[in-house]
Amino acid sequence: MIRNFIDGLMNYGFLRNAIVTATIIGIISGVIGCFIILRGLSLMGDAISHAVLPGVAMSYMLGGSYFIGASAFGLLAAALIGFISDKSKLKNDTAIGIVFSAFFALGIIMISFAKSATDLYHILFGNVLAVRQSDIRITGIVGIIVILFVILFFKELKISSFDPMMARAGGLSTKAFHYALMFLLTLVAVSALQTVGTVLVIAMLITPAATAFMLTDRLSVMVFLAAGFGVLAAVIGLFFSYSYNLASGAAIVLTCAAFFIVAFLFSPKKGILWKRKEKEEDEESV
Amino acid sequence: MVEAIRNNQFDLAYENKHELVQDNDCIEAKKSIEIKNLTIKYNGKTALNNISLNLKRGAITGIIGPNGAGKSTLIKGIMKLVHINSGSVEVNGKTIEKERKNIAYVEQRSAIDLTFPINVFDTVLLGTYPKMRLMQRPGKVQRDRAVEALETVKMGCFSKRQIGSLSGGQLQRVFIARALAQDADVFLLDEPFVGIDMVSEELIMKILISLKNRGKTIAIVHHDLHKVEEYFDDVIILNRELVSAGSVKETFVMENITAAYGDTLGPITSSAGAGGQ
Repeated sequence: MIRNFIDGLMNYGFLRNAIVTATIIGIISGVIGCFIILRGLSLMGDAISHAVLPGVAMSYMLGGSYFIGASAFGLLAAALIGFISDKSKLKNDTAIGIVFSAFFALGIIMISFAKSATDLYHILFGNVLAVRQSDIRITGIVGIIVILFVILFFKELKISSFDPMMARAGGLSTKAFHYALMFLLTLVAVSALQTVGTVLVIAMLITPAATAFMLTDRLSVMVFLAAGFGVLAAVIGLFFSYSYNLASGAAIVLTCAAFFIVAFLFSPKKGILWKRKEKEEDEESV
Repeated sequence: MVEAIRNNQFDLAYENKHELVQDNDCIEAKKSIEIKNLTIKYNGKTALNNISLNLKRGAITGIIGPNGAGKSTLIKGIMKLVHINSGSVEVNGKTIEKERKNIAYVEQRSAIDLTFPINVFDTVLLGTYPKMRLMQRPGKVQRDRAVEALETVKMGCFSKRQIGSLSGGQLQRVFIARALAQDADVFLLDEPFVGIDMVSEELIMKILISLKNRGKTIAIVHHDLHKVEEYFDDVIILNRELVSAGSVKETFVMENITAAYGDTLGPITSSAGAGGQ
């Protein structure tokens, strides 16, 4: 079976394209995902990955790369969510729910005007095997931007994620970093669209990051681990998808979830089995 | 343990400087933070109304008042961490924006995410961030300063521990170390003594006194009225408005306390008789 997969890689360009894209997506969504979960923005990540849909639809109608339209709508959604929760007494999650469902619905209607139902299905659930060379290039550029940003501003990202109040007291514009992160999140969400689909992008963002969180107490280690889990899940998921003819996005996401379950149970520091054992030992020693 | 703290070298090293500062200071130079007509509103409700006061250099000032009196808001207002409706704040004669990096702010411990993947050393190292440029990475200078600060609060051996595994007192010492690592002129602390052990409290107080003796400006939001006379040189009594501000001796009197808290407290000041500590 693994032989079959390797043969496939040798023979089929589409499979190579798929695995390259999925690997890049695995890295960058793991990296950005760390900051998303540590800042308590998981729901925001979900919202933005859905809210890019009208932008994608627009590029179908008008032609051109969907990156620009999708990024614009992603950022617009982030700004609108910020605006509604600032200007009303509604809580942030309510504002998120309103905005992203509205954007998503708008996207669905626009796509149904523009193209057939098959395209909608691919956008919603991903079709990594249809990745073109030009898509890889864009994904690669996004990958470089994301990684450079995180390397250059690691210090600022760390302090504004851990202690935003202190960051502001020290003169850092936490708002600027919030929107920069939202921008990168949008870029990642758009490029992950083909790999796992709009609906499941959130899993790529938060599940590898959460798995890494279970295993370490250092942010830098967490970022590397999350990227690693992202890549592993992408490759293994793709393998199952190819071998058993499963939906690629779903296979990747389930692999992420499998990693998380293992870490959740067996993590030496934070796993629940370990904690239980520790507790028992404590009780015994008392 | 307490004796060890008292004899700590950190303390001795600054005793000499202390005298220099005292000799050279004139009254005007002692003014470190100048607040004029500060008004802050939250959602249309007035949290602080028209506050004017000064904080002195080389002194520890307590900020006291009942719950909801605007004590934390005053500190956040000084740092412009909340929206200021009117009034002005000057630090060392400059705007807050220019002096931010010289102010160490120790927020309430409850505001901190204790599950964050960060250890004690890295937390202290964060204190060196405000004085670094954007994109600059902490180097040997910053690391050395963090190590020194950790030793000062006697937490050196906890360096590698995740912060969530510390006790309240240990954690507070870490945050004090972070403030020390910032190498600031002004220290603003929000309820630093809530829920911590006596040893930590005494150690922190020792450190703050030695900072004071080095001519630093220190303001502490505090709720335990019994410690006011022991800990502070000056006191600010708030209840949304300024009730009174000045030296503890002149300001911390029953009349002002009653004006802020109502008369249900019983005797608190040492001059008020039997119950005082």
